[in-house]
Amino acid sequence: MTTTTRAESAHQDDPALDASVIAAVGGAGRPRHAGPVSASLTYGWRALLKIKHVPEQLFDVTMFPIMFTLMFTYVFGGAMAGSPGEYLQYALPGILTQTVVFITMYTAMTINTDIEKGVFDRFRSLPVWRPALLVGALLGDALRYVIASTVVLTVGVAIGYRAPGGLLGVVAAVALLVLFCVSLTWLWLIVGLKVRTPNAVMGISMMVLFPLTFVSSVFAPPETMPGWLQAFVDVNPVTLLVEAARGLMDDAADGGDISLVVLLSVVITAVFAPIALRLYNRKT
Amino acid sequence: MTRMTPDLAIETHGLVKTFGETRAVDGVDLAVPAGGVYGVLGPNGAGKTTTIRMLATLLPPDGGTAYVLGHDVAHEAAEVRSRVALTGQFASLDEDLSGSENLVLIARLQGYSRAAAKERAAELLEAFGLTAAARKQVKAYSGGMRRRLDIAGSIVVRPDLMFLDEPTTGLDPRSRNQVWEIVRALVRAGTTVLLTTQYLEEADQLADRIAVIDHGRVIAEGTSGELKASVGSGAVKVRVADPADRPALAAMLAEALDAEAVLDSDPASLSFRVADATRVAGALHRAGEHGLRVSEYSLGQPSLDEVFLALTGRPADDGTTREPTAEEVPA
Repeated sequence: MTTTTRAESAHQDDPALDASVIAAVGGAGRPRHAGPVSASLTYGWRALLKIKHVPEQLFDVTMFPIMFTLMFTYVFGGAMAGSPGEYLQYALPGILTQTVVFITMYTAMTINTDIEKGVFDRFRSLPVWRPALLVGALLGDALRYVIASTVVLTVGVAIGYRAPGGLLGVVAAVALLVLFCVSLTWLWLIVGLKVRTPNAVMGISMMVLFPLTFVSSVFAPPETMPGWLQAFVDVNPVTLLVEAARGLMDDAADGGDISLVVLLSVVITAVFAPIALRLYNRKT
Repeated sequence: MTRMTPDLAIETHGLVKTFGETRAVDGVDLAVPAGGVYGVLGPNGAGKTTTIRMLATLLPPDGGTAYVLGHDVAHEAAEVRSRVALTGQFASLDEDLSGSENLVLIARLQGYSRAAAKERAAELLEAFGLTAAARKQVKAYSGGMRRRLDIAGSIVVRPDLMFLDEPTTGLDPRSRNQVWEIVRALVRAGTTVLLTTQYLEEADQLADRIAVIDHGRVIAEGTSGELKASVGSGAVKVRVADPADRPALAAMLAEALDAEAVLDSDPASLSFRVADATRVAGALHRAGEHGLRVSEYSLGQPSLDEVFLALTGRPADDGTTREPTAEEVPA
């Protein structure tokens, strides 16, 4: 008897599971789909959750800035500006800029990993405004930029940096950096959508970011460089960004530089956002 | 453009997808009735996944037409998306997040309020036996748990049509049975399920109708009974107690079953492919009366391989085509 009953229930598998599944399935209402803003914020929340679960991912965002700040100040400071302290006053806005520009590439890594893992398909098959995933990623990235900036500034202040522009100047400089880097993120989204593996993304970003951040006025005044290099430094957008941020932090804000950075950010977004969205929609 | 036939959940005509030189889907015609489970059976690389991705609007077709729930996938993708759900071959979950967070995320995107999303997530986790693991990262889940969570994610809002791409590949038998139960429950709730599988048994257990596809084409379609009739009932495997009896038993059964004996490399074992399984018991009984002792025998369903052999004249796994994976597909 017992055997039969058991065999039967084994055949029907788990009736309890069945009943609760039916209940759960039947209980589903059909709410109105999330709007673009709500969907973007939800994806932004996902970025926060990822930081919560994988705090190691903030390692690059926190440790590199600390290392850069300390290394450049103490290794090159004396040679370049007479003393580490004086060099720090010059270099810190540059290190801040370099740090934030550098971590923009994680946008490409994140989207590329999503595609590889299959979760991308799930999101794209949902009936929500498709760009929300990208906008949410931007929100998460903006937060990383702010965290990294805070780390650099904290370390800087701890070893003696004082901003002549005061708190206001510093906040304005960080805001400008975040604005520019968010526009840059659209470019990285294109890389992330186009390149096959996260490793390749890493390779490409290093090739682009190293020259872009080092061959600028981040670490040294361009006047000391050979003429041909100066020509590149002059057209390098990172130079423009550094000078604008440095101006704000040094209480010598240059309205022209700042407006140019804002204009450049708008132009980059206007050109590359549609391309990124198009690629994203057609990604197979 | 003509409207699709009523009462069909999916209707495709000459659906084509090419990746470079490969015609992954090469003119697929499907007519999937609303309600019930429709199975798409085929070996790896037959074009099953590519077909599903086109129907779920993730991949634009290169040719032909496809209507899903009355909407053209090429021009009314948004309407299709709001009524279907896809559970891919590889769990489409965020591994860094917990099970609960994954479901809340989907529920929020589907328009649930924060509180309602949490409630819905808890309800689904409970129903799918995942409450204990709700706060664990999906990374730590077993294959069966991932699959259940993935399906739960697809029914946060119950879809009218659900695509399940090889839902049980790689699962242990218990997890597989649970997935089958879930599929049946979904159908009872009114969802049409289209599932792909490599296993004839799975299609047989679940599907009302089955399309067999190979090299991007539908090569047979019908109920599982109809398909099996085209192959015969399956294989009878017999082991003799004494290998010396094998030739005599082979001759006797061959005559009684009207089938050719296949002598396996194991000297005690032999098998037959039979059209009519009802004659097997009697034949074995008579063999016993003649003093030919049979130590064990089994009557198996025809395998996918046998279906393929019967339909195409070659085994399923000759592996001449391979479905390109997502990253190999040129963007």
